[in-house]
Amino acid sequence: MKADAKELPLEIMELQMGPSHPATHGTIKFNLKLDGERVLDCDVEVGFLHRGFDKSCEQATWTQVIPYTDRLNYASSLINNVGYALAVEKLIGAETPPRCQYIRVIISELARIYDHLTCCGMAASEMGAITAGFYMIEAREMITRIVENLTGARLTVTYVRIGGVKHDLPQDFAERVKQMFKTIRKLLDDCDRLLSRNRIFIDRMSNIGTISQEFALNYSLTGPMLRATGVNYDVRKVFPYLVYDQLDFDVPLGSKGDNYDRFVCRIQEIAQSMRIVEQALERLPVGPVWIDDPHFVLPEKEKVYNSIEGLMHHFKIIMEGIHVPPGETYFAVEGGNGELGFYLVSDGGGRPYRVRVRPPCFIAMGAFHEMVKGHMIADIIPTFGMVNMIGGECDR
Amino acid sequence: MPDTSPNLQFIQQQLGAKVLQTVQAQGDDILILERAGLRESFRLFKEDSKLNYDFLSDITAVDYWQKKEPRFEVVYQITSLKNRRRLRVRVPVPESDPAVESLTPLWRGANFLEREVWDLFGIRFTGHPDLRRILLYDEFQGHPLRKDYPVNLCQPRVPERKVEGTFVDERSHNKLAQLKHVLGSKGS
Repeated sequence: MKADAKELPLEIMELQMGPSHPATHGTIKFNLKLDGERVLDCDVEVGFLHRGFDKSCEQATWTQVIPYTDRLNYASSLINNVGYALAVEKLIGAETPPRCQYIRVIISELARIYDHLTCCGMAASEMGAITAGFYMIEAREMITRIVENLTGARLTVTYVRIGGVKHDLPQDFAERVKQMFKTIRKLLDDCDRLLSRNRIFIDRMSNIGTISQEFALNYSLTGPMLRATGVNYDVRKVFPYLVYDQLDFDVPLGSKGDNYDRFVCRIQEIAQSMRIVEQALERLPVGPVWIDDPHFVLPEKEKVYNSIEGLMHHFKIIMEGIHVPPGETYFAVEGGNGELGFYLVSDGGGRPYRVRVRPPCFIAMGAFHEMVKGHMIADIIPTFGMVNMIGGECDR
Repeated sequence: MPDTSPNLQFIQQQLGAKVLQTVQAQGDDILILERAGLRESFRLFKEDSKLNYDFLSDITAVDYWQKKEPRFEVVYQITSLKNRRRLRVRVPVPESDPAVESLTPLWRGANFLEREVWDLFGIRFTGHPDLRRILLYDEFQGHPLRKDYPVNLCQPRVPERKVEGTFVDERSHNKLAQLKHVLGSKGS
């Protein structure tokens, strides 16, 4: 370059990316300030999918909230169900029988695999690795089939109830899961060969969106985002719930806190989740899946149709809702994206006084502007993909 | 309950009259705290080597309209990753002056959470760098999670926002006008 070459004049361009951008799977808007292609500042606008989850829950009975929780993080609706049911049970002071707890662990982990596969598959295909994306979607589809066989729905499952689960596992469940894991492992091996040493993939993921441990803790990040920086915080280990303390699994940790570490963390968590499911299926105890308490459990249909007491019992629970003692509680489970907490307030009636969800990806979006600052516009896509913002949960 | 946890006792010793009440329910440590000097109290929770509540899990609020005085309660969930303990701090806020100190200087993650509480409850956070609505739009009237906000209330229509310096492609409008012109001449 000649010494007297003039620099191009710097003019800051403002660009609004979203709310319906084809490469950001989710309705979200980034108000960018750009210097050429470099991001100087990014103002994240969320709320396009806000539908008043909290307000709707206050109108419904305790049980009617469960379908609403399906629609929070719809990639892992089973975990939302479990988290909500556990929070209400904590308020009641009830503990479900061991078989129910094991089933809840199994479905949580299946949902986690589903969530991570969605996140990684989408992120890969947004960067052009559409083959790997399709392989992961294929693996995801197999979980959907199993979930459909179990709950009757593919996405909005409403499987967990307060004090139990809707019904027991189907007869061939363990066999089907075993078969599925074989295929998923093979598919993930293929994805590993396609991505992990792929020059384009690594160039676009590595050293992009890097955050430090202090930064992650300061911004209250949880889940794979936090663990990719090396902080060992997994709710399943730190505040064990259900039977997680009896199962043997590792928490994959990253070191650099960039997008590639987050990707690897998620892929390794899939392997750990499969380990958990296999152990849980092996140890699955025999017994009831409901707590033995008529205050929370619907009577059998036999009794409802053939006796007035059964009918009244059914009517009371459906119309008034179960009675949760007055009080307030906070209970957190490890969701696909991090700590998924439920803060509940009860005034003693059949309807919740306040239901608050701690949405992990909403909080992660609060740190997003710092993660893309100084990078190119194109780097927003993989960074956003690895945050795994799910509109239903972020905007509630 | 008389047998409170050592952490709650320690906090009570340190803060004295600022602690309105300590509760232990369902294994949770709950602290009801005065809102004066809130940030300094949280600095103690965060930085004291014994307490070490270094992780802010959640900020939310509850509206006890016609049930409790003061009307609002801002609820903080803080976690100590090292000691594996959680603490819930509830701060009563009166309706006449719904404001508390912002915790953004301590945890930058408080930014979005406090904006949400402002948006849905109308509780202001003094010292917050950018207190705007977050889930709802700027023209929204009222704060929907207050209990006196009816669930089926309709909001007024908002005219389209004109953004300075935005490029608007009006070619389609021209085509539409031409088309109308052509169709209009044929029809008559």
